[in-house]
Amino acid sequence: MTGPNSSPIPNRDERNASPTGMSWYEASARQRVAALLDPGTFEEVLGPEQRAMSPHLPLFALPRAFDDGIVVGRGRLDGKAVSVAAQEGRFMGGAFGEVHGAKLVGLLRAARASRPEAVLILFDTGGVRLQEANAGETAIAETMRAIADLRRDGVPVIGLIGGRAGCYGGGGLIAGTCSRLAVSEGGRISVSGPEVIETNKGAEEFDSKDRALVWRTMGGKHRRLTGGADAFCDDTVAAFRTAALDLMGRAPALDLATLEAEQARLEARLARFGDCRDATEIWSRLGIDDPAAVPGLTAQDFDGLVAGLDGMDHDAR
Amino acid sequence: METMTFRHATQKPLAGTRAQAITGVVASGNLEVLLERVLPGDACTIEIATPIEGFGDVWEAVAADFVARAQPGGLRISINDGGARPDTVSLRLLQGARLMEADA
Repeated sequence: MTGPNSSPIPNRDERNASPTGMSWYEASARQRVAALLDPGTFEEVLGPEQRAMSPHLPLFALPRAFDDGIVVGRGRLDGKAVSVAAQEGRFMGGAFGEVHGAKLVGLLRAARASRPEAVLILFDTGGVRLQEANAGETAIAETMRAIADLRRDGVPVIGLIGGRAGCYGGGGLIAGTCSRLAVSEGGRISVSGPEVIETNKGAEEFDSKDRALVWRTMGGKHRRLTGGADAFCDDTVAAFRTAALDLMGRAPALDLATLEAEQARLEARLARFGDCRDATEIWSRLGIDDPAAVPGLTAQDFDGLVAGLDGMDHDAR
Repeated sequence: METMTFRHATQKPLAGTRAQAITGVVASGNLEVLLERVLPGDACTIEIATPIEGFGDVWEAVAADFVARAQPGGLRISINDGGARPDTVSLRLLQGARLMEADA
């Protein structure tokens, strides 16, 4: 690693030399929050020492986490007051349980009173935790309601998606209610995951082992190209920080005009791409000359490609 | 689920003034360690919750080795285990002690 012929690609130590240079994908929820916000500004609510843990997991002889897999609190982003929730994708796939969900709902409801400049949700979730599914499903619904209330009050809710669990199941539904979304190559957004689709419809319908298929169907670039996300970023904390600040500044209102625009956009999208059998067909129809090259593009080149296409930016979600 | 608590006397309090720290994640082969500076300077407790039953002797040995090496006086240490190997447990405990040695 340190020899004279070492690769020009920065090694892990170099990339992690500054906290914001660290990989978002590889970082834990706590590392993401600490590096994303202005240094030393994060104040956690219901921290691990409070031991707000799942009351259900012991019934299944499963280990609990002191924070139930989500870190919530307040801090500052470039001096602006923000509320933050970060899911830990490595604990039970970042899935929503009763306490996990209640912490997110509580943060959102509290933000209606404290009125931060934005709420940031660092998604990293496979959806609802099966061992406490009823409570988890309820939490998903309550979260979507709380986001709608908060957005109607004029507080933007920004989703940042780039973790190993992606943003699936109820997490994908919640993402759909956010004001703006930023996603990286490793981040994926969907409701049913690849293995769920394969289990129900067969490998002919969706081969979950085909990583390229998974990424080009649910990955960050495709979501950006089809209007499912508003920014595509490199897999660094710095890139997500820049994207969050940018998106906070241009979040749409949640009003009738936005909803009608979204309805019209979705109808047009279905009419335009409804018969496509693969993401590359959609990209081709969007006017991309070499759709096969899209997965290999760097974030910078990809942004250049998006800038040359019509209708990529819209205020509806 | 098996739980156990080990109580140790230490020769000195752990350096630093940080009140609490957490390291690791409850994932397969991993664990989280929560450290709180809440005990008298000559005492340390280690509480463990693990879904893998029957390894109490190994936990006791790993905990005793850690206390002898780090002298973590004053710490209440709580562990949620996800099936970590003993060397991983040792590593996390020492990581946690190092975090606590920082100034608040």
